[in-house]
Amino acid sequence: MTALPTVLGIETSCDETGVGIVRGSELLADALASSVDEHARFGGVVPEVASRAHLEAMVPTMHRALDAAGLTLDDIDAIAVTAGPGLAGALLVGVAAAKAYAVSVGKPLYGVNHLSAHVAVDRLVHGDLPQPCVALLVSGGHSSLLLVQDVAGELTSLGATVDDAAGEAFDKVARVLGLPFPGGPYIDKAAAEGDPSAIDFPRGVVRDAPYSFTFSGLKTAVARWVEARERAGEPVPIADVAASFQEAVADVLTARAVAACREHGVGTLVVGGGVAANSRLRALAEQRCDAAGLTLRTPPPKLCTDNGAMVAALGSLLVERGAEPSALDFAADSSMALT
Amino acid sequence: MLILAFDTSSPAVAVGVVGAEETLASSTAIAVNRHGEVLASAIDQVLRDADVRPADLTAIAVGLGPGPFTGLRVGIMTARAMSDALAIPAYGECSLDVIAAAHHASSGIAVLTDARRKQVYWARYDEDGKRRAGPELAPPAVVAEQLRGEVGELVGAGAVMYREVLADFVVDERQGYPEASYLASLVRTRLGVDGPADRLAPLYLRRPDAQVPGKPKAVTPS
Repeated sequence: MTALPTVLGIETSCDETGVGIVRGSELLADALASSVDEHARFGGVVPEVASRAHLEAMVPTMHRALDAAGLTLDDIDAIAVTAGPGLAGALLVGVAAAKAYAVSVGKPLYGVNHLSAHVAVDRLVHGDLPQPCVALLVSGGHSSLLLVQDVAGELTSLGATVDDAAGEAFDKVARVLGLPFPGGPYIDKAAAEGDPSAIDFPRGVVRDAPYSFTFSGLKTAVARWVEARERAGEPVPIADVAASFQEAVADVLTARAVAACREHGVGTLVVGGGVAANSRLRALAEQRCDAAGLTLRTPPPKLCTDNGAMVAALGSLLVERGAEPSALDFAADSSMALT
Repeated sequence: MLILAFDTSSPAVAVGVVGAEETLASSTAIAVNRHGEVLASAIDQVLRDADVRPADLTAIAVGLGPGPFTGLRVGIMTARAMSDALAIPAYGECSLDVIAAAHHASSGIAVLTDARRKQVYWARYDEDGKRRAGPELAPPAVVAEQLRGEVGELVGAGAVMYREVLADFVVDERQGYPEASYLASLVRTRLGVDGPADRLAPLYLRRPDAQVPGKPKAVTPS
């Protein structure tokens, strides 16, 4: 083994098949295959379609990652894989692949948490994470605020969505506006031409849970507003609706993230997950962190969405500290808890 | 010659290491909805029992189903990854053929397995054990019509489960899940024969359940 371990990470928790390779905190390869186009006509990710696509994409994606890094499997010191949370059938394909590669080449295997990996990936870009810190993870499957004492160990959930994930709300509002799936990038684009203060959409609050989120009321409010216009025979100002909706989402996410940092006395906020690619969320997070004297760390969009590098980034931390590998019979866990 | 054979198309996980003459080690575990937990450690254990290192293997054999998708994919993904990692060929066989191979009958037989949703996966074999129909998916009553006069005996968990609908046939009451040794024997005949590598495509026989949505439903009461 060289001074720093070379770790391969496998990610299949949703519709992206990812294989990444890191050495220490250096990113060597990040290969990705996506089945997003196969889901588009259904308006959302179809689990069985995703699972079938992972099976077909896994070995070719593995080869692309190894080729990009100029390595063979023999050069890999350990394998990490997303064990959960995520779509059960999709997770299982990645876990089966990781176990099979690990058994074949006799390398240690680590089953890791997808949410922790979304936080850990930032070390590949900005170096070791100041801990404790707060992480805001927002995607099509998750909307969580986490207190990160130790990204490879102890993370505490401060709050999460009680209904739709933020990304789901983007998808559903996009449908109402006649925009394609996945909704995030299309709403972001439409919003660029709109007025974020045109419509005062509600900021949902969860009683007695200051760091939790609710987006179903917002989604319904947008649909009602659009229907009222349509019934009145008036044109729907798509740009204004998109901008005002996006503003409402970015507002609650960043306000609660900053408040969580303050309450817990931490100086760093990490924002990750697919929705972290949203331009308004990034801008507002930066503005509010600046105002509050917080350091904001946001990986580039390619590392915010699901990928194998984030799994490898977390795996390499586990290897570096000599953590015990997972037993070969560990289960994929669709609702995996944080620690 | 050392074949690692496994099948995850049934409620069981069957694993075996098979040499030129005999099965060196094998295991069968009932693992309903736990194929992903059981298979890799079963492979690891069976290789240890047989005193075989992964690098010593010369081929992989895997059951391609039909069977419940989630478990089925665990086996096929494992076969594809091990074949890739060890740079050895992998071969797939219809899992119903594996069940049929374990049953010798003077007349033809049919294999029926549980496909859930009141349907069975089935295939029909002649007296030489050659598959003559299937694998297909159908309600047991429809299969009974198709098999009338064609076979004497039915085997497999689907036959046991729907024996009342299949009262005109002799039903083998044994569980009849695919066994690794029979899977390996089917593959053994293909070793060394030049041909394109198997794509190891799962025999899904069913499309994913997914509806293309219509227009969003109105949320405003009219």
